[in-house]
Amino acid sequence: MSILVDENTRLLVQGATGKTATFHTRGAIEYGTKVVGGTSPGKGGTKHEGLPIFDTVAQAVAATSANASVIYVPPPGAADAILEAEAAGIPLIVCITEGIPTLDMVRVKRVLENSKSVLIGPNCPGIISPGKCKIGIMPGYIHKQGNVGLISRSGTLTYEGVHQLTQLGIGQSTCIGIGGDPVKGMDFVDCLTRFEADPDTQAVLMMGEIGGSSEETAAAFVKAKMSKPVAAFIAGQTAPPGKRMGHAGAIIAGGKGTAAEKIAALEAAGIKVARTPAEMGATLKSVLR
Amino acid sequence: MKIHEYQGKELLKRFGVPVPKGRAALSLAEADEAIQWLQKETGNPVGEPSGARRGASATASPAAVPVSIVVKAQIHAGGRGKGGGVKVAKTLEEAREKAKAILGMQLVTHQTGPEGKKVKRLLIEQGMDIARELYVGLVLDRVSGRVTVMASTEGGMEIEEVAARHPEKIMKQMIDPAVGFRPWQARELAFGLGLKGDEVRNGVKFLTALVEAYHQLDCSLAEINPLVVTKQGEVIALDAKINFDDNALYRHPELEEMRDLDEEDPSETEAKKFDLSFIHLDGTIGCMVNGAGLAMATMDIIKHYGGMPANFLDVGGGATTEKVTAAFKIITKDPRVKGIFVNIFGGIMKCDTIASGVVAAVKEVGLKVPLVVRLEGTNVELGKQILRDSGLNVVAAADMADGAKKIVGLAN
Repeated sequence: MSILVDENTRLLVQGATGKTATFHTRGAIEYGTKVVGGTSPGKGGTKHEGLPIFDTVAQAVAATSANASVIYVPPPGAADAILEAEAAGIPLIVCITEGIPTLDMVRVKRVLENSKSVLIGPNCPGIISPGKCKIGIMPGYIHKQGNVGLISRSGTLTYEGVHQLTQLGIGQSTCIGIGGDPVKGMDFVDCLTRFEADPDTQAVLMMGEIGGSSEETAAAFVKAKMSKPVAAFIAGQTAPPGKRMGHAGAIIAGGKGTAAEKIAALEAAGIKVARTPAEMGATLKSVLR
Repeated sequence: MKIHEYQGKELLKRFGVPVPKGRAALSLAEADEAIQWLQKETGNPVGEPSGARRGASATASPAAVPVSIVVKAQIHAGGRGKGGGVKVAKTLEEAREKAKAILGMQLVTHQTGPEGKKVKRLLIEQGMDIARELYVGLVLDRVSGRVTVMASTEGGMEIEEVAARHPEKIMKQMIDPAVGFRPWQARELAFGLGLKGDEVRNGVKFLTALVEAYHQLDCSLAEINPLVVTKQGEVIALDAKINFDDNALYRHPELEEMRDLDEEDPSETEAKKFDLSFIHLDGTIGCMVNGAGLAMATMDIIKHYGGMPANFLDVGGGATTEKVTAAFKIITKDPRVKGIFVNIFGGIMKCDTIASGVVAAVKEVGLKVPLVVRLEGTNVELGKQILRDSGLNVVAAADMADGAKKIVGLAN
């Protein structure tokens, strides 16, 4: 009843001894995620929050059989942390870090093109399969186990959408925050492909925003390849051009990447788009079959 | 981060990108010095082509100028030429007059808004013997995740316009980060631009240097429009629009010094000090939200119910009382603000923390306009209790739509 992460996920925390990592690792363990260890170069052999700490990701993988990693490393070292996890063969890498230089991510993306690893983020809240596994910084308790997949470029707006669904009694199979950066790992289409293949996901709610053209690409994919209903919301209808709206990727550049264009593309693909952010849950509910 | 043309050219020059000789001037006295310096540097009498410059310097009369002197207003907005911010002078006297006219003028372009922008800096530059005007731009292609070099024979026009009307006239080369920008890619662009003979070699050198500068400086945009080919076959950047990736500024402290605070919104500058993400807008409803996506969505729902947002403001995940207070001060400083909408979805950030912050901020800053607060998420009841007990005139909202409706109603 989920994609990418579930009860079999064995999570490694990179940069585990930092303050943010410590806080969210505690939250993940409380939620029931199997956290198997952490890395912190120079602190190998010690324990932190009851977890074994390793100097390198390769050592950690050899000792714990971790199959997923979450990165809380600060921006200057975050791209390197992703590459280290990739080199160690970790299948799923989730990077929470906000503020990684774009050209660092350009190089990371190039490496991931020929890799078996997939990346979620950076600059994202993470991924959760409610009731099974939580990786990242989202509040676990607002979620409810169920059959709707959720994909979002945002953080708190994602929580808003999840909350609305849960209030309506609609549970979620997996919720993925793909992040707000212009160069990132998984995009809408990668997630939609997996949700379409997941027997227990019945519908998908996607939450996009201004900047780039991922939503347009997703719209074309939904039209051509998806049998499951999809609802959407696009943030930034009132955003002025040329201004970066918080997220590095949320910018209307050269007149491209406006909310209006995205909404038009989604609607043309038969996707129902919520008029306001208060109607995301209700809009998804209206497309459920 | 954006910088001025003259700063961009200084940087590009360090990487071997050919630019015209020129100097910045922040006052008329400096402009005068720059004009005289340029005269000495180029040493051309009036009307003689720059190709003849070597023999001419000794005989130059005091009033003579190089082929021409260009006086360019330095503001961050584009369209300066059309707005009257770029003038060509044939004599020293004329150059001084142009400098006097442009410095301090209120320059209106399609990017400044109708109020225009006061010109506080000039670039005094050598005029070029232009044979052709071309375009080169480097930018991130988000679909492929690669830096892309765009080139076009349609120099001087806005590239968006070329893309819309003549997409076939834009050539592109994607840079594979594994191997970098290859010489064959530079040649393909150079030949595609119609360069011939020596121009090809100069063009390849130009492009290679520009790509190097883009990567070394962590640019997010490097646009040379126009790129000119002179009658002598030189390939030179006549303009330079350079933007930097804000995420990478930490590794370029020298670039931070190029920031011109006159070009930035003072409230945005103030917000940055408190690590708040703030954008000034034209409406009347101030917004304070946690998270960028939710902040945009909040602006949208205000508009949906008939209001207009006065700002975008993301207080971030770890908002403290200090940050919330700073945010309130920034919002209320704008005289157009007729109401404030606080929209918080407490995840990791607890609603009681935000509520305490709001109460403390209002007590310190005072409240002259209606305030609607919508709290949801972690410790929401505790947060609402704090607001109720505060004795402040805070209107509680049940959800996002309710809050937006209420603030629009109260502000009108």
